[in-house]
Amino acid sequence: MRALASRASFLAATLLMACSHEQSALAPDGGTARAIYQLFWFFTGVCMAVWLVVMAFMLAAIFRWRGSSPDPMLEPEDASERRISWVVGAGVALTVLILTIFTFASFLTNKSFAEPRPRSVTIKITGHQWWWQVNYEAHRADQTFETANEIHIPVGQPVKLDFESPDVIHSFWVPSLSGKQDLIPGRYTTLTIEADKAGIYRGQCAEFCGIQHAHMAMYVVAQASGEFAQWRAQQLQSATPPHTDQLRRGQQVFQASACAMCHSISGTNAGGRVGPDLTHFGSRMSIASGTAPNTLGNLTGWIADPQRMKPYTRMPSVALTGPDLIAVSQYLESLK
Amino acid sequence: MKPRVVLDVAPLPENSFGSRTLTWWGTIGFMCLEGMGFALAIGAYLYLRVLQPSWPMNIPPPDLLPGTIVTVILLISVIPNYFLEHWARAYDMAKVRIGLVLMTLLGIAPVIVRTFEFPALRERWDTDAYGSITWFLLGLHTTHLITDLGDTAVLTVLMFTRHGENPRRFSDTSDNAFYWYFVVLTWLPIYFVLYWLPRIG
Amino acid sequence: MSAAAEPLRDTDLGESELEARVRSLWRTPRGVIGWLSSVDHKQIALRYIVTAFFFMGLAGIGAVVMRLQLATPDAHVVNPDRYDQLFTMHGSTMMFLFAVPIMQAVGLYFVPLMIGTREVAFPRLNAFSYWNYLFGCLFLWFCFFSNNGPDVGWFSYTPLSLSQYNVGHRADFWAQMITYTEVAGLSVAVIMIVTVFKMRAPGMTLDRIPLFTWSSLVTAFMIVFAMPAVVVVSTMLILDRMVNTHFFDSSLGGDNLLFQHLFWFFGHPEVYFIFIPATGFVSSIIPTFARRPMFGHTAVVLSLVATAFMSFGLWVHHMFVTGLPRLGESFFTASSMAIAVPSGIQIFCWIATLWSGRPVFRTPLLFVLGFIFNFVIGGLTGVMVASVPLDTQVHDTYFVVAHFHYVLIGGSVFPLIAAVYYWFPKVTGRMLSETVGRWNFWIAFVGFNLAFFPMHILGLEGMPRRVYTYSAEMPWGTLNLLSTIGAIIFASSFLLLLWNIVRSLRRGEAAGPNPWDGDTLEWATSSPPPPQNFTRIPVVTSLTPLWEHRETLPAVAGLRVDRREVLVSTLTEAEPDIRESSPEPSIWPLFAAIATGCTFLGSIYTPWAIIYGALPVTITLIGWFWPKGTKEDES
Ligand code: HEA
Ligand code: HEA
Ligand code: HEC
Ligand code: CUA
Ligand SMILES: [Cu+2]
Repeated sequence: MRALASRASFLAATLLMACSHEQSALAPDGGTARAIYQLFWFFTGVCMAVWLVVMAFMLAAIFRWRGSSPDPMLEPEDASERRISWVVGAGVALTVLILTIFTFASFLTNKSFAEPRPRSVTIKITGHQWWWQVNYEAHRADQTFETANEIHIPVGQPVKLDFESPDVIHSFWVPSLSGKQDLIPGRYTTLTIEADKAGIYRGQCAEFCGIQHAHMAMYVVAQASGEFAQWRAQQLQSATPPHTDQLRRGQQVFQASACAMCHSISGTNAGGRVGPDLTHFGSRMSIASGTAPNTLGNLTGWIADPQRMKPYTRMPSVALTGPDLIAVSQYLESLK
Repeated sequence: MKPRVVLDVAPLPENSFGSRTLTWWGTIGFMCLEGMGFALAIGAYLYLRVLQPSWPMNIPPPDLLPGTIVTVILLISVIPNYFLEHWARAYDMAKVRIGLVLMTLLGIAPVIVRTFEFPALRERWDTDAYGSITWFLLGLHTTHLITDLGDTAVLTVLMFTRHGENPRRFSDTSDNAFYWYFVVLTWLPIYFVLYWLPRIG
Repeated sequence: MSAAAEPLRDTDLGESELEARVRSLWRTPRGVIGWLSSVDHKQIALRYIVTAFFFMGLAGIGAVVMRLQLATPDAHVVNPDRYDQLFTMHGSTMMFLFAVPIMQAVGLYFVPLMIGTREVAFPRLNAFSYWNYLFGCLFLWFCFFSNNGPDVGWFSYTPLSLSQYNVGHRADFWAQMITYTEVAGLSVAVIMIVTVFKMRAPGMTLDRIPLFTWSSLVTAFMIVFAMPAVVVVSTMLILDRMVNTHFFDSSLGGDNLLFQHLFWFFGHPEVYFIFIPATGFVSSIIPTFARRPMFGHTAVVLSLVATAFMSFGLWVHHMFVTGLPRLGESFFTASSMAIAVPSGIQIFCWIATLWSGRPVFRTPLLFVLGFIFNFVIGGLTGVMVASVPLDTQVHDTYFVVAHFHYVLIGGSVFPLIAAVYYWFPKVTGRMLSETVGRWNFWIAFVGFNLAFFPMHILGLEGMPRRVYTYSAEMPWGTLNLLSTIGAIIFASSFLLLLWNIVRSLRRGEAAGPNPWDGDTLEWATSSPPPPQNFTRIPVVTSLTPLWEHRETLPAVAGLRVDRREVLVSTLTEAEPDIRESSPEPSIWPLFAAIATGCTFLGSIYTPWAIIYGALPVTITLIGWFWPKGTKEDES
């Protein structure tokens, strides 16, 4: 019964989420993704034409002689062989021409991506098995903050992402904004993304990184610069202190149990560095890298048994009594 | 379909040497693929080296002595090897036996000195990537050294049995000598890479 | 030597007595020991083919299970751990244990027949390679069935495959079994090169070599120069895992991209090991059914050679998103595009041959036409992913999965099935049913396209590969379901093929030596070919010998009939040069393979196994090479 209820709420929530969160190279909404989209259709159009022509020749070749009884053996005639050679030669020449155009088109697109652009925001993205750590960088230490699995960017401004991976190779991919980029241990990689419109874009780890590679998604929230500044200011704050008894109990449980060994909540003495920072967890859209929408029900389920929602996740189940569990969940949801 | 004889091959020889035989080509084939293995391993060495600010990582270059001794032995061994191949082609049993014994000894010598080469690298394989790749290169070549030594030893024994009096065995001897050139030749770039490259830059 | 001591020659015997004598000389002994000792290239090739198809069946069934898991969102057909093993086994088996070996094996069967010789060079090495291959396959699948299958993908990228992230022996099995089976592949490649270089029938000059033989030769060369890379890299991997070397440990001077460079230096050419022999099938089938010699024979040979050369300069196109310098990557875009030119030349020449011939519609031709249809799609998507910017979107998505199944199945398995229909009569003496063949084709064709076309769209819509599930939130459900239905339809076409084979083996129409009126020498001998292939070695006077000589075939006399004898000829002109003996059957290659197999297997658990194993390996090798006093050894 409870399972059914949670299924139902999950379904409702997913219906709400559907459509609005694009994760498609065919729905570009940002600088490089759009250019690639155009290149894609150019390639596809030409390739379709090439395929149709080849098929036309093939079908003509086999239906040309339909009905005429096959000779035992044909001795090719010189004149017709020469004629065919010309056609084949022309085909090869055309192939070379098309491929040259393709190479240049792809080179030029590529080059336009490499042009340096001023970037107002720099974010360090760290890939973990199987979640994304997100650190907003700034010159002043008190202007930096950390979050997870959700990246906010200002619309219309190129944002620089610096990648790092302490464990295995991951790949950062938000198809509606840009192509992907691997995060490789021991190597520095970077990517610039840009959104043309406000919106929520879904992305997903694209390099096989172990057993929960399938559940390593993230959201990019593109906001007008005013909203972005507001969000940023809010993220810079310490966690909202609990203001009811129930929430205070939640905080207590969190700090007293294993949770605090792995998670940080700024403004409290929870300072673990193993799992995602939870300072503003309540403001995030999803739990455990897009595995489930962030609702109180899902969260309670997650904390009670993370292995059921996301088998093999690096978060263990921590034994909590029922009321404690609910208190912790409510507390975390209150961290807007 | 009925055959119609147009060619008589009875006068052809039944044994030959070098590139006329199948075995020679087989040997070439294996040399190509093993050579490719060496080339790739050297490629990996250079690749790792380029990534490092200092190479070797934190230790002085390897001790030159044992490696150089191996190189000298291998280079010297080319001379009797050359004669052995000649004698085999002349079906000269007495000389082939001497040559094979000599080559067996000249195969054992570098293996013995080789055991001093590993310590001369000054680092174990599990210290860092430098240690790993140098042991790998040295190990790869040592494997070849030992397999060819084994081959030579078996052939030597064979030549002292009744099976020796057989044209085929002489062809085998010449192929074995041919392979030894390969073992010597592949050592030279490895020697250079392991011992001299860290010194010149 | 006096005339009396002269060995017995074929010139001394009448035609039927000669046939009987040569046959018994080359026959594989009866009984289990005889069977295990066989060095007959046809038997060994057939074992390779059957084994490869068997493991393809397992890998294919694995694929269907994956498809069932992906048919609906959030499914629970298999758990994520199993799913990872499934796609790793599927990819590794299909690439290493099915596609490459089967292409080599068809070559092992037909190349000696096509070039008019009685055996391959080094028949015992050939037997040894088969046993190695078989044990490698069995070990790997045994691991899978004991829930210990490798689970890091068919290219086992580090650091995921290093011991910190992959505890237990899963990746060790992958690394060692790949090395082990590649030893077989490398041996066969050397055998193939030497056979084609030195054992061609007199008169088969370079310009008279059939196209399939060319394709096998070119592939063998590619294998010799590319496969050592995977042996090196998988050895480095196991060293990192077992004895703590640091080739791929970035904190101690190693580098993860070193793994990728080495792997793809092999991995890219590998896809052409599969594709080039497949084009060889097509170039054999099209002329036969178009009723004319191949149009542009020389151009096709040059295309094969060009493809082989170019394929060594493409590997970075698998690494476009690893952050290598962008403009440097553009070089690899150009080279990847360029390789489409030789492929295009081949396609155009095939169509031109059909155009100017009088095509006869039989099942093999049907599969070839299906091949052209599908392969051109796969090739064109290959050109798309070769573009750096496009690839940053579609890399590691189902678009790439679609690309490589179009080229691997459409471009290589379709020709392979065509080859089964084409050469089955030669191998068994019976025809496959034409009616079932047509059904087989249409089911395969429809099922294949239904299974794999939707994957293009899925990839573009953002579905990454190697995900064991996806949530209902994503718009991928319908296309995945379609794909699964297609995969099941496609799989059933194999059951039909299997049924056709089983039925025809018992009740198929008798084939006769040359049922399709083919032009190459394999059709000159009886079906199935006798142990000696040819009682008299043919003499070749043209590119299409059987169309040239319709009544009698020019042949050689003067070979000994008291020992297995083959003719060694010169490299370019194929002038007869030496009469060499060919080894008789031996059980030692099997023993040597067992010793080698145990050594490899042991090395998964302790590096010392290499030392312990050296002794049995040496003993079995000495047993193998030590002369036994037979005529083949003594002369
Ligand atoms: C039989 C196997 C086979 C073949 C033949 C090919 C053929 C080609 N492949 Fe493919 N490829 C694979 C098997 C194969 N591939 C596999 C297995 C992978 C994935 C591995 C993995 O990640 O697991 C892969 C992945 C792969 C990638 C990496 C994608 C990625 O991971 O992001 C790339 C990128 O460049 C690529 C390119 C090409 C190209 C340019 C060709 C060309 O050779 C195609 C040339 C052919 C044609 C173009 C059609 C015929 C030509 C004409 C009709 C002429 C007219 C044409 C024009 C005018 C364009 N392939
Ligand atoms: C030649 C190579 C080849 C072939 C033929 C196939 C065939 C098929 N593949 Fe392929 N596939 C790969 C090579 C190949 N694949 C590779 C290299 C990968 C990448 C792996 C990785 O990421 O590491 C891959 C990955 C891959 C994936 C992606 C997995 C993922 O990323 O999560 C999928 C998903 O649908 C898939 C599906 C299929 C299907 C449905 C078939 C079907 O066509 C299968 C049809 C065949 C059968 C169903 C068997 C036929 C039955 C018999 C012959 C009967 C006899 C049987 C017995 C006696 C036992 N494959
Ligand atoms: C051993 C370390 C560890 C402990 C103990 C732990 N967690 Fe976690 N937690 C993680 C990791 C790792 C993740 C990321 C999991 C993933 O996405 O795969 C995570 C994820 C989460 C998330 C989702 C965060 C997000 O942004 O998606 C919440 C909420 C959470 N943990 C709460 C808790 C609570 C409450 C407790 C104590 C009852 C707890 N954790 C105990 C390691 C831990
Ligand atoms: Cu991280 Cu896949
Ligand atoms: Cu490739």
